[in-house]
Amino acid sequence: MSTLLWALVGLPLVTGMLLLACGRTVDRFAPAVALGVGVADLGLAVTAAFQRPSASAPLLDQLPVQLGVDGLSGLMAVTVTSITLAVLAFSATEFGANEARARFFGLMLLFAASMLVTVTAVTLPVLLMSWEIMGATSWALIGFWWREPVRVDAANTAFLTTRTADLGLYLAAGAALASGQAGTLGLDDLGRAGEPWLSVITAGIVTAAFGKSAQLPFSFWLSRAMQGPSPVSALLHSATMVVAGAYLLLRTGPLLDASGWGSEAVAWTGAVTAVALGLVAVAQTDLKQLLAASTCSQIGFMVLAAGSGAITGGALQLVAHAAAKSLLFLVAGAWLTALGTKALPALRGAARRYRTAGVTFTAAALTLAGLPPLSLWAAKDVLLSAALGSSPWLYVTGLAAAVLSAVYGAKALWFVWRPEPAVEQQRYDTEQHGTRRVPRSAGPPLVLLALGCIALTPLTLQPLRDHVDLVLDSTSQPQPHGWELALSGALALSAAGATWAWADRTLALPSPVKNWCRDWLTLERVAQKLVVRPVFWLARTAAAFDDRILDQCIDGAAYSTLRFAVWTDHTVERAVDDAVGATAAATRALGRLARRPQTGQLHQYLAQAVAGLTVLAVVFALVR
Amino acid sequence: MLTALVFAPTAVALLLLGLPRRTPSAAFRTIWVAVAASELVLVIVLWSGYRNGAGLQYEVRARWIPSAGVGYHVGVDGLSLPLLALTCVLFLACAVHSLRETRRVREFAALFLFLQTTCLGLFVSLDLILFFVFFDLSIVAMYFVIAGWGHKNAAHAALKFFLYTFIGSLALLLGFIGLYLAASPNTFDMVELTEQNPLAGRSVYAALVLLAIGIGLAVKTPTVPFHTWLPPAHTEAPAAGSAILAGVLLKMGTYGFLRIAMPMLPDVWRRYALVIVVIGVVSVVYGALVALAQTDFKRMIAYTSVNHMGYILLAVGAAAAVSEGSEQARTLAVTGAVTQMVSHGLLTGALFLLAGVLYERGRTYDMGAYSGIAAKAPAFAGMTAMAAFASLGLPGFSGFIAEFQIFTGSLGPRPLATAVSLLGILLTAGLFLRAFQQIFLGPLRLPDTPGTPRVFPDIRLHESAAVVPLLALAVVLGVAPRFLLDVIEPASQAVLELLAR
Repeated sequence: MSTLLWALVGLPLVTGMLLLACGRTVDRFAPAVALGVGVADLGLAVTAAFQRPSASAPLLDQLPVQLGVDGLSGLMAVTVTSITLAVLAFSATEFGANEARARFFGLMLLFAASMLVTVTAVTLPVLLMSWEIMGATSWALIGFWWREPVRVDAANTAFLTTRTADLGLYLAAGAALASGQAGTLGLDDLGRAGEPWLSVITAGIVTAAFGKSAQLPFSFWLSRAMQGPSPVSALLHSATMVVAGAYLLLRTGPLLDASGWGSEAVAWTGAVTAVALGLVAVAQTDLKQLLAASTCSQIGFMVLAAGSGAITGGALQLVAHAAAKSLLFLVAGAWLTALGTKALPALRGAARRYRTAGVTFTAAALTLAGLPPLSLWAAKDVLLSAALGSSPWLYVTGLAAAVLSAVYGAKALWFVWRPEPAVEQQRYDTEQHGTRRVPRSAGPPLVLLALGCIALTPLTLQPLRDHVDLVLDSTSQPQPHGWELALSGALALSAAGATWAWADRTLALPSPVKNWCRDWLTLERVAQKLVVRPVFWLARTAAAFDDRILDQCIDGAAYSTLRFAVWTDHTVERAVDDAVGATAAATRALGRLARRPQTGQLHQYLAQAVAGLTVLAVVFALVR
Repeated sequence: MLTALVFAPTAVALLLLGLPRRTPSAAFRTIWVAVAASELVLVIVLWSGYRNGAGLQYEVRARWIPSAGVGYHVGVDGLSLPLLALTCVLFLACAVHSLRETRRVREFAALFLFLQTTCLGLFVSLDLILFFVFFDLSIVAMYFVIAGWGHKNAAHAALKFFLYTFIGSLALLLGFIGLYLAASPNTFDMVELTEQNPLAGRSVYAALVLLAIGIGLAVKTPTVPFHTWLPPAHTEAPAAGSAILAGVLLKMGTYGFLRIAMPMLPDVWRRYALVIVVIGVVSVVYGALVALAQTDFKRMIAYTSVNHMGYILLAVGAAAAVSEGSEQARTLAVTGAVTQMVSHGLLTGALFLLAGVLYERGRTYDMGAYSGIAAKAPAFAGMTAMAAFASLGLPGFSGFIAEFQIFTGSLGPRPLATAVSLLGILLTAGLFLRAFQQIFLGPLRLPDTPGTPRVFPDIRLHESAAVVPLLALAVVLGVAPRFLLDVIEPASQAVLELLAR
């Protein structure tokens, strides 16, 4: 059983590393190898979802690596592998001979493998490992075209922002061990810790999840991550990376409940992100930016679900969104390659020009908009009914965000279905030189994803939803009432209709507000101002202190020693020498003095003897 | 066996110096590599015969200066065995890396072989005077490496290195004499001193001895504020010298904390543990911040060493907080500290060798002079990326295994300090990404100062033969660390038992 699980995560991991190690020499085989691995891994994932294997290996002192598949992780594994396969199939047509394909496909496999480890991780250390490797791989993928500094900057922003949040996982692991209640740091045991460690664990996990899932206030990195190739965006925004945070929160529901404050904080952050980034998405004029903001917003729903305990709703939202979003990004990428632009006004008529892409895009955009009966409509209601159970305000906020989804979904559609301009547009080729064609081989993955999008719809409705509940072991989930479904459906339809009707009219909002939304709530600039610049200032100050003060002190001490030595040489040494000289001179003088009486004349010696004896006699007499 | 391991390189070094002048330099290189390789084989044999958790092994005792309580006493346990192996691996890597060295090869090889003896000797010493002798001789040998084969300002940097660390070693000697005088019967034998715990209950005397030993080791480690000899020494030293200096010589300081300060002065170590923790955290954050501001690649790596050594101090300080039920955490912290020594040796060794590769082609360490050289040297870029990501603590590499254990183990005893030092891994991430982007990514630009070779060839075979094994070992330790941890864990438990007395 455990072999199956090791194979599931090991196959893409090892193949990816081999492709990376071999480099450009294996460029030609890379797409085929990656596709083969993708197909095999999908099979493994499906088998694993049914067999539910578990595996374990020793790592640290009493902290083993444990992997396991249960309902939720089985569903996730299948989602990850199938989306990865579709994206790889599309990439095989996108990446020509002039690209470093071994690097690209190797990184994609590594990326998917780390997501697979993340979703099957049972203990915190292994989760943290895959979590961070995923971050590093995303860095390499976003900065794939490394000759352009702006793309590498974006990659750095993404990695550093998510790593900032990742520190929460380190904190949580330490706190869990310190609490003494967590045993092997199993994710399910975290909730058993006592205060104050429980709050530290919760805060750490929640922060890490928000960072990875680009929830407020970390959302800005996702905007920058658009600099990566489109297939990267398609994978990163759908079944990997950004959903990892939401998945972790769904997984650690018991911890959030036990902490007392975690659930509410998570639910509200999700809801507020869904609304705020929904507004950001509506304000965008660039298709990929619109889609990126919508990702934050849609993931906000999953986070809201995790905070309200709606496992089924969250999982359905996750899977349905993954299918729709990967498709949207792939089509956006195909148009970018063909037309050289991703600006919405320039993309007028793109859907008419390339029909397959247009139709599949429409299916995904309608799903994203949450229009009935498509999957995201009912999935949202399942999770919102749980929100209604905890607070009506949460429900209303969620509904508002759902309305915004309909608006941005319809907005994107309206642009691409406008009649094509009669003359070849001047606005094409703003980003790159377009090829003016979408390759035929790009069709199958797009169509398959679109079919998947639609096929997921029945899963979100009764009676199939009960089976999902069973698979996820999440019985006694709140079920949406009929009026909730009707209300959200009506709201979505009318919002989408209104958008379609008024799409080319601008809303009468003051332009600072619009610019603020268009600029992703200026979150990045705030982070630059509040964090990055002070850190650099501090670094420069510390370096200056190190060079000019600390080091100078040491050098000064050395030079002072030298000067002291010179001073000793000049002053003390001379004094000593002088003293010695003086003593010698005095002795010499005394000697000279002593030489005087020695005249050699007998009568003088006699006189000296008499004088001496007299003195002795006097002394003798006196002493007596 | 240990004696052979320690003194064989010096014997060969003497032999090299005795060979006639006309011997081709290729012969010197070959002998050097062969000796380094056989040392590695010897250490592997040693490792395979080592029984985990059985305390000191391969012990040898001989009379040396019995009137002063000094003896030749060597042996290995779980603390020293990994460092012995690391030493042999790094010296072999340096020997391979120097296969193209042309300047005074015979002396260079002889000096490195002698240096290897001092390093190995220090890690197996079980007598304080023996330890001190090797400690000082390593400084002497490294002085000549820097002064003889360094860059422009090597003489000054070497002098600074020598004087600074020599003064540190004098403080260390003072502390050793303090231990000697307190023991009865007077002895310098580490095992006996550890058993006697001669300074138990003598608070002022013990504090002074710890201060002397602490300063001596802190200079060598180095920790803030005793680190300023490190950046110039690294910037001026040749690549192989830097790799040994950072990879092995710095470990002498941290090893001393675990081998001497903690077990021999347990009371006072526990009392002043907070000071150690604070020094550790300051080194972590300050080292990372200063590194972030550097423009010189090698200087930056040097400062990250201060940062990485700070984690070790944090761990050994936090491990002193004795409380109920924290055994697992404290064992993790100490095991993490030893793992960090090994990991830092491998990774910083690799980084310095790679810095040497960069210098050999561009004749400068100034990062601003380079841009986009991944286009010219993809394999070189890939290896540097690996080393950089490993050094910033990415899971899958040894650095993560070390740092995760340190953080997880230290958080319970010292929550605030550990939380602050977590920022260290974020700062190192920032600085390595910045440096990597500056040198390797973006549009291509090569330094064009006079005398710079026009072409920028990719990493050569002998260079990658030196670096790749280091990185491969880091990956092995990052994925399957049990073979190392099984050796270290009993030793760290033993240290903690001694500390709890």
